[in-house]
Amino acid sequence: MNEADARPADSAPILEMRNISKTFPGVKALSNVNLTIYPGEVHALMGENGAGKSTLMKTLSGAYQADPGGEIRIAGRPMKASGPIEAREAGVSIIYQELALAPNLTVAENIYLNREPRRGGFIDRAAMVAGSEGVLQRLGATFTPRTLVGSLSIAEQQMVEICRAVHAESKILVMDEPTTALSSRESEKLFAIVRQLRREGLAIIYISHRMAEVYELSDRVSVLRDGQYVGTILRSEMTPEVVVKMMVGRDLSSFYKKQTRFRPDKPPVLEVRNIGDGRRVRDVSFDLHPGEVLGLAGLVGAGRTEMARMLFGADPRTTGEIRIAGRPVQIRSPQDAIDVGLVYLTEDRKAEGVLLDMSAKDNINLMICSKDARAGVLDLGKAMQRCRDAIAAMKIRVAGPEITVGSLSGGNQQKCLLSRLLETRPMVLILDEPTRGVDIGAKSEIYRIIDDLAKGGAAVLVISSELAEVVGVSDRVIVMREGHLEGEVRDDDINQEAIIALATAAARTVASEEVDRSSAGGFDLGDQAAAGEVAVGHNPGASRPTRH
Amino acid sequence: MSTANPAKSEAGSSALAKQRMRSFMQTAGMLPVLVLLAILFQFLSAYGDTGTFNFGVGRFLTSANLPVVAQLASINTVLATGMTFVILTGGIDLSVGSILAVSAMASLLVAGSVNYSVVTVPIGLLVGLGFGLVNGTLISALKLPPFIVTLGSLTAVRGLARLFGNDTTVFNSDLSFAGIANNISTPLGDISWLAVIAIVVVAASWFTLRRTVLGVHIYAVGGNPAAARLSGIKVWFVLLFVYGMSGLLSGLAGLMQAAQLQSANGLQLGTGYELDAIAAVILGGTSFVGGVGSVIGTLIGALIIAVLANGLILAGVSDVWQYIIKGLVIIGAVALDRLRNQGGART
Repeated sequence: MNEADARPADSAPILEMRNISKTFPGVKALSNVNLTIYPGEVHALMGENGAGKSTLMKTLSGAYQADPGGEIRIAGRPMKASGPIEAREAGVSIIYQELALAPNLTVAENIYLNREPRRGGFIDRAAMVAGSEGVLQRLGATFTPRTLVGSLSIAEQQMVEICRAVHAESKILVMDEPTTALSSRESEKLFAIVRQLRREGLAIIYISHRMAEVYELSDRVSVLRDGQYVGTILRSEMTPEVVVKMMVGRDLSSFYKKQTRFRPDKPPVLEVRNIGDGRRVRDVSFDLHPGEVLGLAGLVGAGRTEMARMLFGADPRTTGEIRIAGRPVQIRSPQDAIDVGLVYLTEDRKAEGVLLDMSAKDNINLMICSKDARAGVLDLGKAMQRCRDAIAAMKIRVAGPEITVGSLSGGNQQKCLLSRLLETRPMVLILDEPTRGVDIGAKSEIYRIIDDLAKGGAAVLVISSELAEVVGVSDRVIVMREGHLEGEVRDDDINQEAIIALATAAARTVASEEVDRSSAGGFDLGDQAAAGEVAVGHNPGASRPTRH
Repeated sequence: MSTANPAKSEAGSSALAKQRMRSFMQTAGMLPVLVLLAILFQFLSAYGDTGTFNFGVGRFLTSANLPVVAQLASINTVLATGMTFVILTGGIDLSVGSILAVSAMASLLVAGSVNYSVVTVPIGLLVGLGFGLVNGTLISALKLPPFIVTLGSLTAVRGLARLFGNDTTVFNSDLSFAGIANNISTPLGDISWLAVIAIVVVAASWFTLRRTVLGVHIYAVGGNPAAARLSGIKVWFVLLFVYGMSGLLSGLAGLMQAAQLQSANGLQLGTGYELDAIAAVILGGTSFVGGVGSVIGTLIGALIIAVLANGLILAGVSDVWQYIIKGLVIIGAVALDRLRNQGGART
């Protein structure tokens, strides 16, 4: 469980990171992290959102400067005066999720970016094309050096980035969630290239949330949690339980798990029937009852957020109907939804949630101020009162109502945003990734708030990518896959394995194998995956058939 | 976590103090510049007249000159106030000078047949409002970039102003509301009605922005349009309002200009005014990306521009140098502001 001695015995480490800490104002993002990487290994780096994976990689790439006391050695030589250029020269290449290519340049020009061969002061294009050709062929690319990068698919652009790293003779290649935008076939191709690079002796640091990929590819796995190094395990020791336990520290599911799952006793407050746009979301139907917390799980790209935004009127939909408290409602815009008592907490707090330059008071009162106002004139006293009440009720740590929200931590920003929604006293809340980018302390407080809301009679739909969270807070869980509702789990069947099984039914090449191994007393995913579109009600296990 | 708490609350109160300082700086940040410029011109005008830096004999800070400065600033203040609404939403209105011209032209033409201010004043205002709403509709409904829309209307409306006046100068020495620019006395003594109108406009705009729901929505749309939309704010209405408001105030400024000149020339009237208005807004500390700023700052900005124009004349500086100095002061003042607020507000 702790650092395993897994190195190929004959080689020296290519990268040693010792006691790396990184402090941002008010936050310790990394504390004393150690990481040792050997040539010729694929080393997976795992951790929850905000665990510090990206920060660690940014200190490696020179984008961030680590706190004094830490040390980075590449091939035994300490990296001094680290900046992006030094890191690159030392042999570190990073492929970020957002690819860093110039779309209006050719493949060859991108591969040689900043390292253009020159002849007599001019760029030697012929040499560039010839030099690129070799590396493209070696990695099995199907495009030519003269192709414009902008005309390539995401997978091909990723290939260009890899070629660039290989061509620059990088020794360490960091890939940050490389498969999020790829189809399963493209991912397979990427895995083949990763294996080829490993054979060629590159060290690959592979950041991913996808257990199946990590299991398939990596030789060792290191786990970070809350900015701290938890440990490194060998592939042979790797099971999803072990990794999840390392990632979450304690058995989170029992920590957050509701003691009793609420059983709705009232008719549904929200009835959704066949909503969709025929593309990203198809025919989603479900009910939501007062006092109930319904979890909505699914992989990235399953259409959860898209569905929620359609429900809220933020994005157009083409089919379906929505009933609130038994009455059909027309929701064409967010204000329609708010008017009928349905609110939505965005997954992207910075981009579409908080107003960073406005005060906590203005942020909290943004939605309710028009109702409090008399003839359009603000009721400042009431706004102040609401703000103070919210700060007390939500335990928002802010020096005063007039402080701008931009200066608050992620958790406190999120609480301000939640307060904004709650001031309208909604009947239905859709919370999209309610704890994304907030620290552990704020997280458990947000869980408490969700619980209190449901106890107070609100109906809550929680969308989350963190399985432990879905399992912990929900009374019932629905799972989306590729735009449609795949199924539902309830009662004692609510566990991570059952949810993964539904979420990944299609990607069974790896996932089935993995979940097989992990399903403790559950069911055989192989059968379920083979069935393809799983009919709800044929769910193995104890749950009663449910209707949709 | 728990051990850090006392330090945290301490940091919190200092954050509060810092924040108060910053928001004070944002509104009043240019006030010291304004005061310094006034004192400087008092000395310089004394030097221009007597050859000595005798504060007492300067002609700038006198009861005769200050009303002149106020009147000089008034039209730009009204335009810049409208511009503040627009820039707070992250937009820009380049057409204010042209709308001013067409409004002045329209009201003078109407005054030629029926010279009742009951008719001519609303005509001027409505023409301005109308063109503002056209801008606003193109921007909010068709989602065209504000810079391009108002650049187009800058040219097109200018053409209309010339067309209405047959491309000549329209005179009306007998304008019913001309008194606001000169002979009708105000409660503020020598201060003319033009300046009083500007002050009223600033006060009403301050109230709208700081004390009404619409004001909150304007700041919200400027700060984060996506968040505003998800909070149920009608973003299209806010945009329509700010461009309509800018047009309306341009119309008002057109009437003020017509009262002053009792004539209008479609080709020349109000050319380049949009630049002075934008300069006043920037000097006032309003963020160009929207969401941060105040109309009080804009008032100070407009006063700085007027003080420069008037003071340089009193100091005997030639017209050519006035332009150069004005430009440099705008850049320098904003640079100073940015340096002081470094790490603070976004630009």
